[in-house]
Amino acid sequence: MDFKDTPEEAAYRGQVRAWLEANGQRRQSADQVFGEGLDDAAKLAAAKAWQARKAQAGYAAITWPKEMGGQGGTAMQEVIYKQEEAAYLVPRMIFENSLGQCLPTIAAWARPELKARHLAKGIAGDEIWCQLFSEPAAGSDTGGIRTRADKQGDHWIINGQKVWTSGAHFCDHGILLARSDWDKPKQEGLTMFILDMKAPGVEIRPIHQMSGDSEFNEVFLNDVRIADTHRLGPECDGWKVMLSTLMHERLAVGGHLPTDLHHVLIDLARKCRWNGRPALEDARVRDRVADAFLLQHGVELIIARGLTALSKGKAPGPEMSLTKLVAAKAMQDISSFALELAGPEGALSHESIGQDWNYMQRLWLGAPGARVAGGTDEIMKNIIAERVLGLPGEIRTDRKTPFREL
Amino acid sequence: MNFDFSDDQRLLQEEVRKMLADTCTSAEIRRVLDGKATHAETVWRNLIDMGAATAAIPESYGGAGLGYLELCLVAEEAGRHLAPAPLSSSIYLAAEALLKGGSEAQKQQWLPRIARGELIATAALGSGETYLATPPLTFADGTLTGRAAVVADGMIAGLAILRAGDQLVLVDLESPGVTRKPLTSLDPTRPHAELNFSATPAELLRDGLQGPALAARVLDGAAVLLAFEQVGGAARILDISRDYALERKAFGRQIGGFQALKHKMADIYTRNELARVHAYYGAWALAADAPELPLAAAAARVAATTAYKHAAEEGIEIHGGIGFTWEMDCHLYLRRSRHLGQLIGSEHAWRDRLAHELIKETA
Repeated sequence: MDFKDTPEEAAYRGQVRAWLEANGQRRQSADQVFGEGLDDAAKLAAAKAWQARKAQAGYAAITWPKEMGGQGGTAMQEVIYKQEEAAYLVPRMIFENSLGQCLPTIAAWARPELKARHLAKGIAGDEIWCQLFSEPAAGSDTGGIRTRADKQGDHWIINGQKVWTSGAHFCDHGILLARSDWDKPKQEGLTMFILDMKAPGVEIRPIHQMSGDSEFNEVFLNDVRIADTHRLGPECDGWKVMLSTLMHERLAVGGHLPTDLHHVLIDLARKCRWNGRPALEDARVRDRVADAFLLQHGVELIIARGLTALSKGKAPGPEMSLTKLVAAKAMQDISSFALELAGPEGALSHESIGQDWNYMQRLWLGAPGARVAGGTDEIMKNIIAERVLGLPGEIRTDRKTPFREL
Repeated sequence: MNFDFSDDQRLLQEEVRKMLADTCTSAEIRRVLDGKATHAETVWRNLIDMGAATAAIPESYGGAGLGYLELCLVAEEAGRHLAPAPLSSSIYLAAEALLKGGSEAQKQQWLPRIARGELIATAALGSGETYLATPPLTFADGTLTGRAAVVADGMIAGLAILRAGDQLVLVDLESPGVTRKPLTSLDPTRPHAELNFSATPAELLRDGLQGPALAARVLDGAAVLLAFEQVGGAARILDISRDYALERKAFGRQIGGFQALKHKMADIYTRNELARVHAYYGAWALAADAPELPLAAAAARVAATTAYKHAAEEGIEIHGGIGFTWEMDCHLYLRRSRHLGQLIGSEHAWRDRLAHELIKETA
């Protein structure tokens, strides 16, 4: 038992470090982000330039097979690259959907000429992809999709609304799940398509999040035409195509919690006084410091177990499904307690109380989203109960009924 | 990254698991529960003979000489099967105190007897939390006087390592001036005793770490090993409760299909797995004798104590009325979680210790 790289992993890490050192810009503090001070267009251009350099150096699609334009590397190499890159100012949440889910779906299901057209451009960041699955009435229950796909000759006409589409405003293409048969049960009447985000009838509106940011969009689809050649997989096989996409997501073993949260909490507590004494001497504060560490380090150690499996060439175990559940709630609890440290002053926003508080306030405002995104706590608990503990699935009344009767 | 046990270590665990499944039955545990035995002698004999209990005692002192990672997995199985055996007293505490603080002569005199199972040893190293307010033992001129109020396995031990003020002393319990009084425990499968000393010959642990530093080091190791027992017990009561929830029907369906129970069990599993990884990290720190040991041990102790308590309490709840009966084994896990959670100081004392390490680290 140890936390060391194998010799091969160490060699790869060395190579990655040297490349990042020569090409990247090191992060100066935990809350520094890529492209600060740039407008959206300039930030996007800088992100694409970075992705192109990564692609040229062979770090953009490390685990993809060579015939897809990847390096045929191991999942562990991908993790090592990400670990090292985390110390650098690099774009976040721009290419993740393209490379993580959309392009693997293209590689698995698209016609050869479309693969040829899109894969290399996607890897190099020339084209960016988004995923259009969720709808206002289809969140946790993705099978409830109501966006229509009506066939007209060699085209499909799409009408409906998608929601929570990350980056739709700067994406070139998307993979779209729509209902092509209303007489089949919900999950059996869906078909997957490639959508040109610039096509007539596609209207994108940013969602103003409670945190103040706008990372997601609503996408309205009004009589959008999609050629049948841009269908992914057989008609009404869209659910299967989507699951194959999500399988790629399952392998992700990324950290879900900032690794320095308990340090930030201790640093803030060190600056606060409770009843005239240093807050860090108070038993309640010390309790919460201990709790913060137990959750944060616990998540890191669960990930370390997953990485151990990857390092041995095995798939990570079911315990990996815990990390998101634990991390999102921990982020909420730790940041919430951090704000409490300052008493009445902790009700002020960082502009008034001080920049030291910005990080925890951002986490606190982002935490409700983290608990919902990628599956609510309740969905995650169902997954653990059913897939890990083998407990029965939920009683379903919609499995066999034609969708139009639901 | 190799944050797991090796195949050989898992093989040893599997052997211990099989042995315990065969011999550490509910009937055997209940012999001790009902006061018909002080411990499960056959189970203890097997743990000794397999080299499982003595995994971390070097061969030169009669042990199996494997290591701490192996002992951690033995502990997990002992916890899973509720072994009513003096592993913590004789091995995690007493043998470890001898190994870390005993002179060569003391080690030679006592460790082989412990490792052969001829002698059960025990230790009470103190905790900051007390109610009985017993005056400290006094050690002077080679003799020990006073009362050790709560000593696990005190009726069956032949050797005790006790805290007298700031010193750790070793007492042969066959010496003159020793009287023992059995005490009843909330977990009767792990009995305690009060030991009284009247000018009893005793000696200091003479080499290596001394006094409070020695006690702290031994308690850190014990915290990790006990965490494995706790993780094993917590996993087992979850298994038992899950199986019951699949079998039991109410309102026309398996109760395990109700989301309230599914989420309850997902919560138990989540806490158990967090406790497991902290215990693993503690195992790494213990085996590597890493400077992180105090931090890792406190984290393992707190996570495992809270997880086992939660699993044992909710395990009964999942069973409903039947879980509250003497016949069902559920209460044995609740009782054991209490014993393990208090043996070397409560969760709260260790939580403060964890906070101390974390605050120190960032100062």
